[in-house]
Amino acid sequence: MTEAQQVPETAQAPLPTGPALPTPEGRGQTLLRRIATGTPMVSLLSVVLAIVIGGILMAVTNPKVATAMGYFLARPSDAITEIFRPYAALVQGSIYNWQGADLAAQLYPLAETLTVSTPLIFAGLGVALAFRAGLFNIGAQGQLIFGALFGAYVGFTWHLPIGLHLLVVILAGIVGGGIWGGIVGFLKARTGAHEVIVTIMFNYVASFLLLFLLTTPAFQRKGSTNPISPFLDQNALFPELLGPQFRLHAGFILAILVTWGVWWIVNRSTVGFEFRAVGANPNAARTAGVNVGRATVLVMALAGALAGLSGIAQVSGTEKYLSAGVAASIGFDAITVALLGRSTPWGTFFAGLLFGAFRAGGVAMQAVTQTPIDIVLVIQSLIVLFIAAPPLVRAVFGLNPRKPKSKATKRSAQSGAAA
Amino acid sequence: MPTRRPPAGADGAGLAPSPDQPSYRDRILTVKLELRGITKRFGSLVANDHIDLVVEDSQVHCLLGENGAGKSTLMNVLYGLYEPSAGEILVDDKPVVFRGPSDAMAAGIGMVHQHFMLVPVFTVAENVALGAESTKAAGFLDLDTTRARIREISKRYGFDVDPDALVEDLPVGVQQRVEIIKALVRNAKVLILDEPTAVLTPQETDELLDIIAELKASGTSIIFISHKLREVKAVADVITVIRRGKVVGDAPPSAAPAELASMMVGRPVSLSLDKAAAQPRETTFSVRELTVAAPSGQKLVDGVTFDIAQGEILAVAGVQGNGQTELTEAVLGLHRHATGSVTLDGKELLGRPVKEVLGAGVGFVPEDRTHDGLVGAFTVAENLVLDLYDRAPFARGLGMRPARVAAQAAEKIAEFDIRTPSADVPASTLSGGNQQKVVMARELSRPLRLFIASQPTRGVDVGSIEFLHRRIIAERDHGTPVMIVSTELDEIMELADRIAVLYRGRLMGIVPGGTPRDTLGLMMAGMTAEEAAVHAGAAPGAADAAAAGPGAVAENTDDGGTRRVASSFGADVEPQDGSTGENHD
Repeated sequence: MTEAQQVPETAQAPLPTGPALPTPEGRGQTLLRRIATGTPMVSLLSVVLAIVIGGILMAVTNPKVATAMGYFLARPSDAITEIFRPYAALVQGSIYNWQGADLAAQLYPLAETLTVSTPLIFAGLGVALAFRAGLFNIGAQGQLIFGALFGAYVGFTWHLPIGLHLLVVILAGIVGGGIWGGIVGFLKARTGAHEVIVTIMFNYVASFLLLFLLTTPAFQRKGSTNPISPFLDQNALFPELLGPQFRLHAGFILAILVTWGVWWIVNRSTVGFEFRAVGANPNAARTAGVNVGRATVLVMALAGALAGLSGIAQVSGTEKYLSAGVAASIGFDAITVALLGRSTPWGTFFAGLLFGAFRAGGVAMQAVTQTPIDIVLVIQSLIVLFIAAPPLVRAVFGLNPRKPKSKATKRSAQSGAAA
Repeated sequence: MPTRRPPAGADGAGLAPSPDQPSYRDRILTVKLELRGITKRFGSLVANDHIDLVVEDSQVHCLLGENGAGKSTLMNVLYGLYEPSAGEILVDDKPVVFRGPSDAMAAGIGMVHQHFMLVPVFTVAENVALGAESTKAAGFLDLDTTRARIREISKRYGFDVDPDALVEDLPVGVQQRVEIIKALVRNAKVLILDEPTAVLTPQETDELLDIIAELKASGTSIIFISHKLREVKAVADVITVIRRGKVVGDAPPSAAPAELASMMVGRPVSLSLDKAAAQPRETTFSVRELTVAAPSGQKLVDGVTFDIAQGEILAVAGVQGNGQTELTEAVLGLHRHATGSVTLDGKELLGRPVKEVLGAGVGFVPEDRTHDGLVGAFTVAENLVLDLYDRAPFARGLGMRPARVAAQAAEKIAEFDIRTPSADVPASTLSGGNQQKVVMARELSRPLRLFIASQPTRGVDVGSIEFLHRRIIAERDHGTPVMIVSTELDEIMELADRIAVLYRGRLMGIVPGGTPRDTLGLMMAGMTAEEAAVHAGAAPGAADAAAAGPGAVAENTDDGGTRRVASSFGADVEPQDGSTGENHD
């Protein structure tokens, strides 16, 4: 992608033109921006490093590896095979199943990865967009739930013609998520309420509201004691892309289009210019005539709408009904996805695909090699950890240009002796 | 290898004690500091190129150079923040290697950075103790020793610093003293002051210069970094001029300002501007009874009334913090609590959103470019359209037109000679002067009905000041009403057709452009124009004292000479014997 050239690298490693002076903004803000807009190389290396460490963890905890290590010198291939088996299973479960009987079975994992990625991409875009305006949107979870609530309700209570129904459901999801995010922006703009606190609280409100609504007649499936909604109308569902044996639906196509749309908004539109200006220097933005409050409300509403689309991808695509677990941990994974994608739209898209692959492949890995799926969580967490510490990653890969210290050390020793 | 003449005053028998004489190590230890062939490269950029520098004890050694000349880099090398790519540092003729500021401190070198390194929520004593805390038994923090040290140093140098005051409550000038105390507590014998006056008001600057003289008298060497000719001339024993990372040469403080300026810039610079007389036309901009109140009810701008005609420059003079900022911000619409009336071309602007005010044809250069004028993370090209981004030709509907933005950038970079590797680098990587040019270029790049510039050349090097002043005058001659706000009397005198003086938010009067500095100084201290004219006539020379406000007194250095420093760094005021600072009253 040409993304890397088009997006200005906002806060890279300090440029070597001046002395190391503190920036006028706060440390937290600086850190946030560094995490959100680090270099692509650091993101990539973080993933590699996390996978390596994950592999070591699996090898250490796997009794079969220990056994194979016992006769490592005799037959090293056994140990190596054991070490790589979980990751092989991960690839097999997420990209290509070489043991599949036919092409459909072989490609099933890839379709599954794309399916799982779709809501992650939407929600990740919601987090990334807010990042660009300097807002830490922790509330993708709540916004997703609101989008799902609105969309599902419209999806199973209304009965509209084919095409139109899905469109209305999508709009409902946008409105639901947009309202839930917009309120946060409004509170921030009007009262200065910090968006991190508000979004965290709004996540709880949304989760429990969902739980409650699923026990009411308006939402609960007739004749069911479980807190689940009726199935959405057939017309309200995303069309299947590869036929009924795959779960992949047209929501993925929408995700591609929306990613492009977000890219256009951020990099090519006047509102995106405002968002980025507000995010990077709200004072200068205000002096330049930008209505900072309006931009805050707008960007949070848009971020919420994107997360709302994530909810639609769940209810109209993957799940086909509304349940208490509709959001799973998508809203929180989305933060990681946006971080890994450096808050750029296409970066977020590919980070979403990667996390989708982890999720889809993790299930297969657990089934085939009995490696707990939690290892995937560990890897995801390690990725974030490394992205947050670029010097660590660079040091591990020897990318820090370090001059030989020997001469300096010798000289200081001399001067010490002379003094 | 740069060839370099020996320092005029340092190596010879100049102002400094002879280098042969051993340092007197009785009560106050002194240090001779030498940099030999210091080179610092950042990638392909050579920030310092074989710099040689000798700092004798009890001397004020000024490093003069434009922004980006490499002064700060050199000092960061000396302070152990950067490792030099080549060259060595000698303390008392012995080579040393500083691997961090603590090594430099141990060798007796202290540094006061341009941006202070203080913890705002700590007290003075806590800040001073930080990093070198002494502890009592059981590991409890012992601040009493530090307090005593601060009181002792405060007393010796007349600092007037309360060890228990919170740093965030202190004015900038006092915070700077805390930084100096920090260095002194650590027994600094060489004190590096990096652009120390950049953040100070004229009074505070005067007080700082007093402190420097006091420190020097007690045997401390000072390395004073600046790009301001007048304060360098006032304070220096030796001046070393640096340009593009190299030492250009040394000069005695008696050197003519024009000579120093051309050494700095590398070409002849005219320090005074020849401008044609103003041709005022119709009055299109009027401010009536403008009042801006702080939330506390205090009036920051108090009933200010003035007009500006097309084709004239009204300069607003005053000591920093007397309502200038609020005045310009209120006109732009950034202040909610402004009352009165501001009209441009018969249209009321007060109470309108900023976008509308800008749309009415107002060009606005804010006083603090990094805070309000630029988005540092944005590219130069984006910053050049920061308040034009949604207008034609840069936008069509909701979409922006990158090609037009790039074309604008190419044009303005050439027109304003903005030194940048490309239009696509973040604006924060540019030097201060070039950043200011970006802001000025942007604001002057559209047809204007009113141009307001606060501190249009703050932090800008000598060469660029001339250029920016010419642009402002060109805008005036083009028929735009121009309002300049500046705390530097030089700039006011240079540009103004009429001068309005603000004192505590009130207008002390509007006087013609050629009004003597004495009169202006008295007005800046709170006299009306009439009173000031009478007083200035009666007591010539009093103006600078007045401008500096109460507390500015002539200092008697113990070398017997009496020296005064014009607080405004106004005209070429050579230290005049006998000009004792009479306070007006």
